[in-house]
Amino acid sequence: MTGDGRRALTGIKATGDEQPLGPGGAMAGAATPPGGRTIDPAAVPDLVERFRRGERRALSRTLTQVENATPAGREALRALFPSSGRAHVVGVTGPPGAGKSTLVNRLIAEWRGRGRTVAVVAVDPSSTLTGGATLGDRVRMMATYADEGVFIRSMATRGNLGGLARATRGIVWTLDAFGFDVVIIETVGVGQDEVEVARTAQTTLLLQVPGLGDDIQAIKAGILEIADLLVINKADRPGAGELKRDLAMMLTLGGHAPPGGWRVPILETSAARGEGIGELADAVEGHLRHLKEGGEWARRERAMLLDEIQGLVRGRILAQVDRLFHDDPAFDALLARLVARDWATAVARSTT
Amino acid sequence: MADQQRIRVLVAKPGLDGHDRGAKVIVRALRDAGMEVIYTGIRQTPEMIASAALQEDVDVIGLSILSGAHMAVFPKIMELLRAGGMDDVVVLAGGIFPDEDVPKIKAMGIRGVFGPGTPLSEIVEFIRANVGRPEAA
Ligand SMILES: Nc1nc2c(ncn2[C@@H]2O[C@H](COP(=O)(O)OP(=O)(O)O)[C@@H](O)[C@H]2O)c(=O)[nH]1
Ligand SMILES: [Mg+2]
Repeated sequence: MTGDGRRALTGIKATGDEQPLGPGGAMAGAATPPGGRTIDPAAVPDLVERFRRGERRALSRTLTQVENATPAGREALRALFPSSGRAHVVGVTGPPGAGKSTLVNRLIAEWRGRGRTVAVVAVDPSSTLTGGATLGDRVRMMATYADEGVFIRSMATRGNLGGLARATRGIVWTLDAFGFDVVIIETVGVGQDEVEVARTAQTTLLLQVPGLGDDIQAIKAGILEIADLLVINKADRPGAGELKRDLAMMLTLGGHAPPGGWRVPILETSAARGEGIGELADAVEGHLRHLKEGGEWARRERAMLLDEIQGLVRGRILAQVDRLFHDDPAFDALLARLVARDWATAVARSTT
Repeated sequence: MADQQRIRVLVAKPGLDGHDRGAKVIVRALRDAGMEVIYTGIRQTPEMIASAALQEDVDVIGLSILSGAHMAVFPKIMELLRAGGMDDVVVLAGGIFPDEDVPKIKAMGIRGVFGPGTPLSEIVEFIRANVGRPEAA
């Protein structure tokens, strides 16, 4: 499958102003202020070699380049992308405070116990006002700091909508290429926002919690469609049974049947107490088996890569449109006519 | 602004004191200054801090400490950072330090030492001025 993806991606010829390949693809020449950790592209072969030797420092540095879509990041990803496509990418989404980070921490321990290595990408929104961000998911995942089989990376959305950053896929591919068996993406999802994580992960867990009132309608139509597994976390609280019945009903009424005949299970967990974690991990693995056996894995890979290419192409077209607005004297003239309320001339000009 | 590289800061609280109001004020101030701030919580060991800094590839580490354990904890953190190939990270310390300790803390390679009551804007400016600049030898 990666073979197809590679061909498709490299088939797009870069135009004059370099746009990064793949993740961050839609990025129009990310400006890099002085300072920071930009690496010279000439240093990439060495970086990649250290990466392939399993040096975590090299992984970490590569992730920064990919996140910032630097020329070095593009180079590195070009080298590493063929080695990706092996990890099971698991999305964990749900409202803020639902217990996603706490649950991810439990899942890490569970999978480590089963001999798997685990990477986590924890995505939090950037402030639209200042562009800054507080990335606090790690707080709940500090237990594994000494374990070489675990790697946790926080990232901000940097103005991207849809719950992920533009570079999130590149980050996932990089961790995948490093050899992690499971890559978990944690992201806040409150509305229809979480579609993007579902387009990036092979298995998506949607968390709900009891006790937010009988406001089951608060779960927007369509949101259940992105879930491969529904998780009722904080099941130690009252109302879990009721929520489960309501969710089951919604699944039925929605006539919602993901392709390939997968029946979305509803699981109950208490991440705080560590209850229901083994069952959840089993269900996630069950979904993986389902994906691999039914050909759904390949279908999702195709859909994901198609989405990436579409984003790349759209980004390029948008960048061209932006250039038109900024550097085209004809456009300035047209705007001047409109400001003068000279509609007729403006329209005549805009249609020539 | 959306796609620009941003200054990444790890704010950590080594030592055993259990409240982190001060650290959270710093986190918010740096975020409001447009930085991406990774918070790791209270009671962090030097190993935890170094491990998080490596995985997050931060430009800056801000250590907030009240417990008076700085002379024990800071050298260990700096040693682990060096061992991990992170000598270029700008490290700051905030807390209550006896005057005679300040030169010793700076000698460890901690570039900024801030006492209580330091205006937040001063810390922000310090970070902006120091990120990406090698230590003045
Ligand atoms: N009662 C209860 N509290 C939980 C559970 N899981 C997480 N929490 C608490 O919910 C709060 C938010 O958890 P966090 O993992 O940060 O949520 P996130 O924002 O979805 O990542 C924390 O105070 C957790 O201790 C649970 O299963 N039961
Ligand atoms: Mg979280």
